[in-house]
Amino acid sequence: MKFTEELKRSAYIALWFILLTFPIMVIKVNTIENIVVWRWVNLVVIGLSAFVLSFFWQLYLRNKKSSTEMTPEKISTLHRLIENPKIYRPAVVIIAAIALVFPFAASHYQINIMTTALIYVMLGLGLNIEVGLAGLLDLGYVAFYAVGAYSYALLNYHFGLGFWTLLPIGALLAAFAGILVGLPVLRLRGDYLAIVTLAFAEILRLVLENWNDFSFGPSGISNIPRPGLFGINLTPEQSAVYMYFILIALCLLTVFVIYRLQNSRIGRAWVAMREDELACQAMGIDKTKAKLAAFALGATWAGMAGVLFAAKTTFINPASFTFLESAMILSIVVLGGMGSIAGVIIAAFAIILLPEYLRAFSDYRMILFGAALILMMIFRPGGLMADRRRQYQFQQPDAGENS
Amino acid sequence: MNFFWDLFLGGLTRGSIYALIALGYTMVYGILQLINFAHGEIYMIGAFTALIVASILTMQGLTGLSVLMLATVVAVLYSSAYGFTVEKIAYKPLRQASRLSPLISAIGMSIFLQNYVMLAQTSDFLPFPSLLPQSDFLDSISAFIGPSDFIIIVTSAVVMIALTLLLKFTKMGRAMRATAQDQQMALLTGVNVNRVISRTFIIGSALAAIGGVLIASHVGRINFYIGFNAGIKAFTAAVLGGIGSIPGAMLGGLVLGLAESFGTGYISSDYESVFAFALLILILIFKPDGILGRSSQQKV
Repeated sequence: MKFTEELKRSAYIALWFILLTFPIMVIKVNTIENIVVWRWVNLVVIGLSAFVLSFFWQLYLRNKKSSTEMTPEKISTLHRLIENPKIYRPAVVIIAAIALVFPFAASHYQINIMTTALIYVMLGLGLNIEVGLAGLLDLGYVAFYAVGAYSYALLNYHFGLGFWTLLPIGALLAAFAGILVGLPVLRLRGDYLAIVTLAFAEILRLVLENWNDFSFGPSGISNIPRPGLFGINLTPEQSAVYMYFILIALCLLTVFVIYRLQNSRIGRAWVAMREDELACQAMGIDKTKAKLAAFALGATWAGMAGVLFAAKTTFINPASFTFLESAMILSIVVLGGMGSIAGVIIAAFAIILLPEYLRAFSDYRMILFGAALILMMIFRPGGLMADRRRQYQFQQPDAGENS
Repeated sequence: MNFFWDLFLGGLTRGSIYALIALGYTMVYGILQLINFAHGEIYMIGAFTALIVASILTMQGLTGLSVLMLATVVAVLYSSAYGFTVEKIAYKPLRQASRLSPLISAIGMSIFLQNYVMLAQTSDFLPFPSLLPQSDFLDSISAFIGPSDFIIIVTSAVVMIALTLLLKFTKMGRAMRATAQDQQMALLTGVNVNRVISRTFIIGSALAAIGGVLIASHVGRINFYIGFNAGIKAFTAAVLGGIGSIPGAMLGGLVLGLAESFGTGYISSDYESVFAFALLILILIFKPDGILGRSSQQKV
């Protein structure tokens, strides 16, 4: 009875989508040769997939409604698995072993992909400070990434400074940029903040693209040196391995710092600010300081990642720092679970590695990101691995032992 | 003087389009306190639909005003349908969620729609036929004002007046204003809030589609990415005028269009978008409520 009703509804929805997508999906005009191509196959595909998807959607919503009265803090099985020392200790050892052996077993190409993935891990974790912990939706995170990359490239070009000198300098400059962006937007609420950070990033990109004397314009900067190792000359292959280990070390540092930050005074302040700004101010938290700290610390990692990116690719131009990049980093944070370190790491690997290994899908990468962002928000707002706050466990004293 | 006049007209034309799109942002924001990131994409889909319809009609041998009218009508219908569907899929399930969730969902929808059009159509620029009609009257004033500028400015003005009348004097308009003021209270007095929200999206999308058709036939080419820039700028316009305020969006659009036009004319044409974004940042720093916006205190 209910089942047939849902089927009927799905059929209507499928019909609606067929009508809706008709001009864009089916018709393709070639205005130069005056040809119209009718792609009727797409109609069938859209109809069938809309039917199936809407059916499952309804099924899910019905199940969700019937189980609304869940316990609020349900610990997922995933968390229980991860927090069990019998499982996570060997897991950490295995992952560490794989990470150590990987560069000697894999090809040059695969090491490069892995290095890229690690850069995104850093970016994701950095943005996680802003979005996940402090609740400041930053749509222009890529600007700090660009600051890092360009400070390495330009300072190296003009003053010949090396990678290891410029890594902290790039991070500092990015942190400074973070404060610069943070200062004017302090008073703004969440959604305004999103648009202003986006505007800042676009301004920076346009300036980099047009100010030829400063940034060499759209053609970018090439021949950026790779990181040096005590003056030893490395072949590109060796240097890729070297780069990989630098990134592993820096990612570990990032994870450590963010883990320590999370439960520190400022970390707690961020979470409080994310949940309720007014209440957090009433508790005596300096909102200005907390927000600026979030921007500065978030930007620091982006700056470092930028230096690493410039050193890895040896070529940068403004096209690497578009809004899409920001959106990709944001989807890493959202998919991974805002505030969750392990979730962000897993999501970064998934988002970077899957399209590399599933070449057939690489065209569909962005459309899948978009869909994933929407579906994630609706069905699993906490992300793949939702962050779980520390809480006291009250243990009843066992009556039998006390007597 | 002549240069000044050209820039002024260009700014006015551009500003009218921004205003048309900004109205959709401001109406949705007024009711849901949500930045509808996908709004720019609705405008882009409107332009694409118009292009497809117009090309087919032209190949059938039709010309002139009938092509323009039909293409616009179909584009408006389709954009409205898209706006309606987007709301149902991406925003309605998130009514009760925290503020960040619908915003992220909106960004996802924007990326999705962009890539949907790119994959289904093309990533190249498509030439858009000039649909704006020719007439003796337009020729006679062409020394003074370009025909497409004239049509865009007049059409936008008419559409905006119609919208103002609709909001002021119809039952639907009153329900929309009531919902924007206080959703709970509107619900208690018997307003179907869900329907009002749907209608807001439909009207906003229709306006965006009109803007899309006008600007596409003015500029002469479109691709899947035009919605992004137009969207951000229209949002800037909405914030400039005071988001949530309908006359504010119109005023903000015009101010932004003029600022961009004069900026490119007198300072440098490389930094066209920078002027808009810088203006947005300045406004938000010094007057976050916009020109016509009411200042709102955050309450517990």
